[in-house]
Amino acid sequence: MHELGITENIIEIALKHAQGKNINRITLEIGQLSAILPDSIAFCFDACRLGTMLENTVLEIIEIPGLARCHRCGTEFAIAEPFGICECGSMDLAFIQGQELQIKELELEELCV
Amino acid sequence: MCVTCGCSEGAEVTLDYLGTKEDPAEHRHVLADGTVISHTHDHAEAHAHHHHTQTDNASVHAQTHRTTLTLEQSLLAKNDQLAAQNRDWFQEQEILGLNLVSSPGSGKTTLLTRTIRDLQAQIPISVIEGDQATSNDAQRIRETGCNVVQINTGTGCHLEAAMIQKGLDELAPAPRSMVMIENVGNLVCPALFDLGEQAKVVILSVTEGEDKPMKYPHMFRASQVMILNKIDLLPYVEFDRDRCVEYALKVNPKLIIFQVSATTGEGLEDWYGWLKNTMRSLFKSYGPIF
Repeated sequence: MHELGITENIIEIALKHAQGKNINRITLEIGQLSAILPDSIAFCFDACRLGTMLENTVLEIIEIPGLARCHRCGTEFAIAEPFGICECGSMDLAFIQGQELQIKELELEELCV
Repeated sequence: MCVTCGCSEGAEVTLDYLGTKEDPAEHRHVLADGTVISHTHDHAEAHAHHHHTQTDNASVHAQTHRTTLTLEQSLLAKNDQLAAQNRDWFQEQEILGLNLVSSPGSGKTTLLTRTIRDLQAQIPISVIEGDQATSNDAQRIRETGCNVVQINTGTGCHLEAAMIQKGLDELAPAPRSMVMIENVGNLVCPALFDLGEQAKVVILSVTEGEDKPMKYPHMFRASQVMILNKIDLLPYVEFDRDRCVEYALKVNPKLIIFQVSATTGEGLEDWYGWLKNTMRSLFKSYGPIF
């Protein structure tokens, strides 16, 4: 159920910040190492937005590739899973990119007065 | 509806979607650095969005004004905030809060009842028991004489910080005690949801596959302790425990691993030693606990 709950959070956060304005687009950043499937979010979003102000909102998902830094030798390298091995042999890694799970921005539309 | 773990009624529908649906409205772009951008919308919307500065009808622009609001807000912010409150409360009360996670059938409840029976003379232990349905496990815990609250999540596949806050209100654990939170049996979703615990303890048994740490890396990465349970059954099952430990450390080199049998008691002293040392180090300014 976690993608569904997270999608409900997306809608709640978006509606709160829009303050009644029309939301054209919601941009999410989802890291490759975040344990969240972007396709599932898109699927849940289609189900959850029915009957809300978001029926015509574009959901844009930016998938951020994983990037690790080796604690031992400092090498940085691309990584697709939340574990791996550096070319120096160390498995002690810090994930410096790819764990994102956030609403990056909202594009709002309002009538000019 | 949980697409990842398939743990509720809508799972089949969702899996079907992942396998076969080709959505003509889906756009994907891959940037030079590997970043993938996808949109789910119809073509008319896509064009309005991508190229609105060039192609929008002038009369539309005369009437509407578009602004971009930068939020950069975590989608788990609400849960994380409540979890932080729980963690502060545990610290103030000098309570060690642990989040026990595993797949169903790993022997989590047996380990818990044994731990309570062996330690309750030295330290009060209370339990928050999470399951989708029934209070069977809570009954088993209650038979030890320990204070327990059952949370049924219904179709939900994990506990969240808000549930723990309510559970703690009801449980009212004694200061200078331990609270064990037995999460819903699931190695996927609970990894994402901080409850405010001081540590996650993942339990794996030798009747499962030795490669579980590799299959569910997020959970093993998020945990500080792994307990390999049911080692009394090793002669009867095909389970390579050295390989299991190797896999677990590959996913999380800092993982502390205990190999135990909750039934025979083998190896449990090391686990109890860790519990006591953790309490001493967390609350050392308050004098000896044991």
